[in-house]
Amino acid sequence: MSNGEKFKRRSFLKTSGILAMFAAIPPTISAFYSDAKKFFVTPKKLIKINVSINKKIYEFNSDSRTTLLDLLRENCELTGTKKGCDHGQCGACTVHINGESALSCLTLAAMMPGKEITTIEGLANGDQLHPMQSAFIECDGFQCGYCTSGQIMSAVACVKKGQTRSVAEIKEFMSGNLCRCGAYNGIVESIQKVAAK
Amino acid sequence: MKPFNFIKSENLESALAPQKEAAQFIAGGTNLVDLMKKNIAQPNTVLDVTAALPNKVVKTPLGISIGAMARNSAVANDQSILSAYPLIAKALLAGASQQIRNMASVGGNILQRTRCPYFYDTTTPCNKRQPGSGCSALQGENRMSAVIGYNEQCVAVHPSDLCVALAALDSTVNYAQTKQKSGVIPFKDFHLLPGSTPQKDNSLPNNALITSVEIAANPFNKNCAYVKIRDRDSYAFALISVAAALQLNNKKIVQARLASGGVAHKPWRWYEAEQFLKGKNATPAIFSEAASIAVKDIKPLSQNGFKTTMLKGAIETALQNCIKI
Repeated sequence: MSNGEKFKRRSFLKTSGILAMFAAIPPTISAFYSDAKKFFVTPKKLIKINVSINKKIYEFNSDSRTTLLDLLRENCELTGTKKGCDHGQCGACTVHINGESALSCLTLAAMMPGKEITTIEGLANGDQLHPMQSAFIECDGFQCGYCTSGQIMSAVACVKKGQTRSVAEIKEFMSGNLCRCGAYNGIVESIQKVAAK
Repeated sequence: MKPFNFIKSENLESALAPQKEAAQFIAGGTNLVDLMKKNIAQPNTVLDVTAALPNKVVKTPLGISIGAMARNSAVANDQSILSAYPLIAKALLAGASQQIRNMASVGGNILQRTRCPYFYDTTTPCNKRQPGSGCSALQGENRMSAVIGYNEQCVAVHPSDLCVALAALDSTVNYAQTKQKSGVIPFKDFHLLPGSTPQKDNSLPNNALITSVEIAANPFNKNCAYVKIRDRDSYAFALISVAAALQLNNKKIVQARLASGGVAHKPWRWYEAEQFLKGKNATPAIFSEAASIAVKDIKPLSQNGFKTTMLKGAIETALQNCIKI
C-alpha cells in the first residue's frame, strides 16, 4: 500500500464523516429555529371577517393584524386603492367607510363588519366613469397616477359635503391627500367642474 | 406588528369586564394602529369599543356633553357646538385631515400620544417610550419640542388641537373604570407634566375608559379664536397654537381665556395673562402686553428659540381675531 493510497482513504473517511455531520445538522437547526420561534414570536391570530365592499360581501379567515388596505389589495384583489406611506400621512389609501372618506391603512379590517366600504373600483357604473373620474382626465388631475384613486375618493367626498365654495375650502378638505407630481391645480379644477354640475 | 387577540364589546359593561390581561382599547385607531405598526404599542389583546361608548353631542342642564366615541368631524359640524362652543369646532378643524377627523374619536383625541420624532424612532433613547433610557430631543432635534413645563426627562409636546380648546373652556373628562366605579377629572388636571414619569401622559386610572367630555355653559361663543401656526398651510402638527376667548362688556374684558398647544407636555393655560386682561379694555396695546406676560416664563431649547416671538405674535393675533367679527 503506497502512502498516496493511505492518504486518499483517510481523507475520504474524513470528508464523508464531515459531510454526514452536515447532513444531520439542517433538521436540527430547523427544529431549533421553529422551537425558538414558537418561544419568541407570538403566533398570528386568525379571525373570521365579513365585509361588504362595493356592495359585495366578502368572507375571510384573516390575521387580526390585517388593515383594511391590505385586505383590499391582498385578499380582495382590489388593487386600485394604493399603499403610499402606510402611516396615515399621504392619503393614497383613501376609501369611503359608510360614505365618509377614511384611511384604509389605519383601519383594522377586524373592525369593518357591518360597514359599507366603497373603493375606487366601486365608483364607475359599468363602463361609464364616475363624473369625478372623467373630470380628472379632462382637467389633467394627475401625472404619475399613484395618488389618484385616493384623490378621487376624497374629491367625491368633498363635493358630497359641499365643501367647494372656494379654492381655499377645497384645498383644506383635500389637504390629507398628497401629490408629489404636483397636480394640485388640475385636482382643484376637477372638483370645481363636478361641483358646478 | 405583534399578533393580538381581537374582541369587540357591544356595551360599556362588557368593555369594562375584568379580562385575564388588560386589553388595549381601540376606537378610531388613527394613532394606535400607527403605534402598533411601529412596535411602540404591542398589545396582546385589542378591544374594539366603538359600539360600547356614546357617540352623540347632548345638551345638558349645565352645558354640553360630548360622547367619547363622537367622531371629530361630527363634533366640528354639530349645530349646538357651532352655536354655543365654536372654539371647539375651530380647534377641531385646525387638526389632522378630513379622513382622520372622520375616523378619530373625541376620547382618542384626548389620549393621543406625542409626535416627538424620537418617540417614534425605536432606535433612539426615549424616556416616554422606554423609561430610564434618556431623552434624545433634549440635546437633539428639538425644533418642535416644548418651551415650558419640561424637564431633562422629556421635552415632548402634546399634539392635540381639540385639547387646547377643551383646556381653555375648563372642560371635565368623565370616565368609567368598572361597572360601579366611575369618576370625573377636571381638564386642567387630566394631562400631566413629565415629572419623573414621562411615560405617563395623563391621570386617567389604569384600564379606565373615557365615556364623555363635558363643557359647562359659558359666555365665550361670541368672541373666540383659534390660531395655529405650522410648517405648511394644513395637515401638520402645531409649532404654536393659541385658543383665545373673551367675554366683553362693550369694550371692557369681563374675563379671558388663553391656552396654547405646541409649547408643553400638556395643553398650557396662560393664567397670569388671563388675570391681566380681566377688567382691561380690548385694545391691541393691551393684547400685546398680555402676550408679553405669557411669554416671559418660557425657556426655549437649543433649536426652538423662534417659538418665543412666534408665541407672542400668535397670542396677539388670536386675541385680535376674537374681536374681529
